[in-house]
Amino acid sequence: MTAGPGQRSDAAEPLLSVEGLTIDLPGGVGQPGLVEDVTFEVRRGQAVALIGESGCGKSLTSMAILGLLPAAVRVAAGSIRFDGVDLLTCRRRELRRIRGGPVGMVFQEPMSSLNPTMTVGDQIAEVRRLHLGERRSVALKQAGQLLSRVGIPNAERRLGSYPHEMSGGMQQRVMIAAAIACDPKLLIADEPTTALDVTIQAEILELLRDLRRDLDLAVLLVTHDLGVVADFCDDVVVMYAGHMAERTPVDRLFYEPRHPYSSALLAAVPQAGRARTSLTVIPGRVPSAGQFPGGCRFEPRCEHSVDDVCRRPQADTTIGDGRRTRCGRVASGDLTLKGTVRG
Amino acid sequence: MSAGMVVRRLGGGLLVLWLVSILTFLLVQLIPGDVAEVIAGENATVAEVARIRAELGLDKPVLEQYVSWFSGVLQGDLGNSLFSNRPVSSTIIEAAPPTVIITLMAMAVAVVIGVTAGIIAGLTQGSWIDRAVSALATLGIAMPSFWLAMVLVSLFALANPWLPATGYVDIREGFGVWLSHVILPATSLGLATSAELARHTRGCVADVLTRPYVRTARARGASGPWLVRRHILRNAAIPVVTVLGLQTGRLLGGVIVVEAVFGISGLGSLAINSVLQRNYPMIQGYVLFSAVVVVAINLIVDLAYGWINPKVRTA
Repeated sequence: MTAGPGQRSDAAEPLLSVEGLTIDLPGGVGQPGLVEDVTFEVRRGQAVALIGESGCGKSLTSMAILGLLPAAVRVAAGSIRFDGVDLLTCRRRELRRIRGGPVGMVFQEPMSSLNPTMTVGDQIAEVRRLHLGERRSVALKQAGQLLSRVGIPNAERRLGSYPHEMSGGMQQRVMIAAAIACDPKLLIADEPTTALDVTIQAEILELLRDLRRDLDLAVLLVTHDLGVVADFCDDVVVMYAGHMAERTPVDRLFYEPRHPYSSALLAAVPQAGRARTSLTVIPGRVPSAGQFPGGCRFEPRCEHSVDDVCRRPQADTTIGDGRRTRCGRVASGDLTLKGTVRG
Repeated sequence: MSAGMVVRRLGGGLLVLWLVSILTFLLVQLIPGDVAEVIAGENATVAEVARIRAELGLDKPVLEQYVSWFSGVLQGDLGNSLFSNRPVSSTIIEAAPPTVIITLMAMAVAVVIGVTAGIIAGLTQGSWIDRAVSALATLGIAMPSFWLAMVLVSLFALANPWLPATGYVDIREGFGVWLSHVILPATSLGLATSAELARHTRGCVADVLTRPYVRTARARGASGPWLVRRHILRNAAIPVVTVLGLQTGRLLGGVIVVEAVFGISGLGSLAINSVLQRNYPMIQGYVLFSAVVVVAINLIVDLAYGWINPKVRTA
């Protein structure tokens, strides 16, 4: 295991453990799950990335944790445990206590994720009023401190602003301030920087890094940016078409990926300092839900596919060193993949 | 909402009223029949008609007529009724109270029933309540108010003598008596609007429920009444207020029919009689009065936007 910042003993129960999570559309007879059999865990203080192309189910997975899935989909199987509580079977009251309390969440588009008719101060104060029963005036004072904690200048004056009066980066800071208002143990960040300018992305990541260190915060980061993963995370869960392709400590991913999809993703990252090389792409597209292949879901696009093995469903296999893969050829030692980074 | 914006909206409203005044004035010029002949009666001589025409200034150029009429309007002088010879303005002010009160009460009925039903239906999409509200709303929009008025009268005034079937009593004669006379007309006028509002509110609530900020609020632990009041209602209210403003004009038109069914002599009967008698100054006065009310309500709606929606406030 890598020794990430803030990581404690391996023996302790993980803060969050997701096991065999399957999400599907009820009524879609015989349709494979949008998310199927996803298993991973986040330890206290650890940062775990959920990575994959758009539509691979990473956002659904992150939303399922706090029971925020859209009405059309449901969790069909699996379990999600947070700090000893089974989030899928616990009482609603308990779930409400956890939402915004020990688990904070930040979403992708800050503009549409903030209530346009409520001041940002009230939106941050709301969390403390709901969870700690603070009076509005007290909670607003705290909200002011939270705003300056996330790096907003003139925080006291900004409390009365509405979201549309702020820039995207400011809005995302407000989202983060609300998410950490009750000292959470886990922050779920669903593509927190995707909708922002590149320079602002770096600032937001820097802020998240600071908060992680200061608050001993575990982070589940949903992203499709490998650079962010390398920079920020301890463990990475690579998802493809609703399946978990690979789970691994982050540095191992770059040295020796254990799933053909991971290595294809790595190869598709443009390399700085190598002029005039053509961009590598993964041929084909991610199949849409309902058209997933019966065997390995990556098989139609995989350059290492071998018909008789890969056309059969693949099992999520532990391959030692705390790593798992869903590639039968890698698991059996038949295939060894090369990383982009060599020692 | 900034002061400049209020001034702009107010200016817009005044412009609309001025345009309406031109149309109202031209109304008399455009419809067939000569005012002077109407006043003079069937057996009048040509000389008599010419005398009346000169008295009313109808022989002058149209523009001059408009200027003198409009300057009178600005001073509150809408002319005199052609028959009773009383000032139009005081006649309208005397006839207005029952009409205005029934319209306002109808609006209250519409908002209370329509918005409540719409919110409940929107929050419980797909439930039997939702389906019942949708079915009743369709029925409510399809039912003409005069028919509804007759049904309500036969149920609550004739079959069960709980409420008076006709007439209007001023509130100074007792709140209970007044209310008993207002309930049936206001309900029969307001139910169609409440159906319209229910459908709109349901749609708006359903739409807001899918918005990311509602998911964010849930992720913060908000639920139940807290979530509905702070995150859903205020955002759903914006389009509903628009519809309410549009419905005002419809209520003002509908009140004429309802007054007739309940035998209330308000602006409705005044308007109908004026049209039948070609009492042009009265018609003009009524149209202008209605325009003022509609413009005023739309102004209130605009100001309400600013209060509900902070984006409008700073725009």
